[in-house]
Amino acid sequence: MTVDGANPATEKRESPRRKILPYGDRHGDGMVQVSFTLELPDGPEAEEAGRQVMKLMGLTDPQIVSSEPLGPSFTFFVGYGKLLRPVDLDNLKVAKLPWEKLDPETINKMVRERLGRPIIVVGAATGTDAHTIGLDAILNYKGYAGDHGLEAYSAFRVVNMGSQVENRDLVAKARELRADAVLVSQVVTQRNVHISNLTALVELLEAEGLRDDVVLVCGGPRLSHALAVELGYDAGFGPGTKPSEVASYLVQEVLKRKGV
Amino acid sequence: MNSPGRLRLNLDPGTVAACHESGQAIAEKVWKELEGLSTVAVERAVARLFGIDGADSAGLPLPNVIVDALSRSGGLEDGVAIHLAKACLETGGEPQDVAEDVACGQLDFASIPDRPRRELEDKARELARRAIDRILDRRKEREELISRLGQSRQPWLYVIVATGNIYEDTIQARMAASQGADIIAVIRSTGQSLMDFVPYGPTTEGYGGTYATQDNFRLMRKALDEESEKLGRYIRLVNYCSGLCMPEIATMGAFERLDVMLNDAMYGILFRDINMERTLIDQRFSRMINGLSGIIINTGEDNYLTTVDAFHHGPQVLASEFINLHFARMAGIPDEQIGLGHAFQIDPWLESSLLYEISMALLVRQCFPNCPVKYMPPTVHKDGNIFFAHALDTMYNLVASLTGQSIHLVGMLTEAVHTPFLQDRFLSIQSAKYVREASRGLSDNFSLVPEELIEKRAQSLLQSAKEVLEHVKDTGLFAAIEEGVFAGVKRDRHGGRGREGVFKKSARYFNPFEEILSSRSKAF
Repeated sequence: MTVDGANPATEKRESPRRKILPYGDRHGDGMVQVSFTLELPDGPEAEEAGRQVMKLMGLTDPQIVSSEPLGPSFTFFVGYGKLLRPVDLDNLKVAKLPWEKLDPETINKMVRERLGRPIIVVGAATGTDAHTIGLDAILNYKGYAGDHGLEAYSAFRVVNMGSQVENRDLVAKARELRADAVLVSQVVTQRNVHISNLTALVELLEAEGLRDDVVLVCGGPRLSHALAVELGYDAGFGPGTKPSEVASYLVQEVLKRKGV
Repeated sequence: MNSPGRLRLNLDPGTVAACHESGQAIAEKVWKELEGLSTVAVERAVARLFGIDGADSAGLPLPNVIVDALSRSGGLEDGVAIHLAKACLETGGEPQDVAEDVACGQLDFASIPDRPRRELEDKARELARRAIDRILDRRKEREELISRLGQSRQPWLYVIVATGNIYEDTIQARMAASQGADIIAVIRSTGQSLMDFVPYGPTTEGYGGTYATQDNFRLMRKALDEESEKLGRYIRLVNYCSGLCMPEIATMGAFERLDVMLNDAMYGILFRDINMERTLIDQRFSRMINGLSGIIINTGEDNYLTTVDAFHHGPQVLASEFINLHFARMAGIPDEQIGLGHAFQIDPWLESSLLYEISMALLVRQCFPNCPVKYMPPTVHKDGNIFFAHALDTMYNLVASLTGQSIHLVGMLTEAVHTPFLQDRFLSIQSAKYVREASRGLSDNFSLVPEELIEKRAQSLLQSAKEVLEHVKDTGLFAAIEEGVFAGVKRDRHGGRGREGVFKKSARYFNPFEEILSSRSKAF
């Protein structure tokens, strides 16, 4: 299917569609909403510069619908434009998540029957990061969005080390408890410090000869599975992850590695 | 102080009085146990109060150099004041000269001959009075600026800047003030709370925030003073008097005329795993300085609700507020400077969640009518959908206005995504300002229906808080924290960071500030 030049409203939609445009209020309109700030005083020059920004983004027919001064020398824009170059779905590389979603009873049963002991999980927010929101949501009994945390499963024994944990302390704890899995959370970041923290942990585990003994997982708002794998992790979980997703992954990966 | 107009909960005065009684007993018991102890941070603060500033050639701040030197030579348990007084008398120099000489190895405390006790104490008192006068001058300066320039009506809108670079921060802070913010907080670099020293000089690199240094305080104060003149209203400055350097940061804040400081009696213990004794001793001395400088402290109960469920844990927030209040009063802070904290964090999808929020917000307001209570925005239930987050903040803004909060921390639509962009702060301030002005007088037009959900909920929260407080009073605060009463976090009395910085005072121990400020606070 081609979108350029066609009238999308009358065109017969093929299934499965292999090319895709953003959707505003009708198929194929390519409408995109943007907002940004320019370091210019509000006025015609700023507005034209704003439209140019949107053109450089590849948007056709850029419209600035709101421009407001944020002080004497900054202007905030809200704009709409059309993105008419479709995304070719056939050429996408998508990191396939190597696990399937399981319900808590299944997870508990699998571990009870096949491993015969709980999976030992050590979690921490490492480096200077003081935020435990993500870690607590995944590990604590309460969980997140009605989905209980790993503590609520008989399948896991959870040690939550909290925030501002040094990588070396996390590794020492993993060794002490003979952990099956290590979970690292990185929430707040500036100038990509979360990346260096994460790679430093991988290096430390390798240096200590522990890397292959644990399933290593990271999570946080700036992380994805693809990025995690690139950094040397077994899996990564981004924003909105529910504890049951992490639980599903851990049980499948740990049982696979144990060959049970 | 702001008030919730005609919205009044029918609360049993006896229950409120019982909460105060327990809170006071808890704080007094703690202090009785800790009276004989001091910490390296308290002593470094005394050194700073005596005017010692700067760092040695290796970058170690001079207050640390002094405390480390005394620790090695064995005089620290007497307190730094006596030894600095002795060195000043011996050399005829100022404490700063003494510190510089110690730093470059030209002076050794151990080799200075002793003098009569009385002479040393008098010198220390003289140095202390100079520091107190310096602080009172800054306090007077603030009062004069406010009376000349005026200030916004409450709730005061409070926003955060956190670029990591103090020069960038000043640009953002001025912009936020011009957009309508009344209070600017410079968030600290993550991890500073666990550093056992305060970095020196202006800084341009930080993580998730900007280092709290005295130069950074000064630069931001200057920028906000200029902006205050331009806008014709006084803009307040906030920093964090928490972590391992509470008393030193209180001192720096006093010298640089900060207006508000985050200062919680238990936050460091619960959320930073700082040793209990260390934090409780440090908070006391830091609060004495905060009280003297006219700084409003903000307590951190809002943080409890980011780790435990806000619907079920209202009582421990309230209980903690009573404890924090009495710790602050014991350190000589008047209620008008005790900004107890709470938050709007109940699951927004819970039926009638808004009513529960109103109930809690009113309850806190009414229990502490003379305190400039600080209300914190939703964060837990924001997940990157900035449009929903903005809607949620709008409801929060309405509750803040309706229930007469004093300090209104403006929520950000991009919470859980990044530290706020310039435009995020603009949109959030715009919404908060709109709601504040549009709902002006709302609470004078309504009264609560007795025995309906809002009142019943508040009564039950108060009753439960009273029970929590009675339990803590019976077991003692240390044991209560060990069993995880607050925020579900358990800490060991003898564990945690910074414990090695706690020491037993000798019979010779002398801290002129303790002496002068304690007698001063009794006069309140």
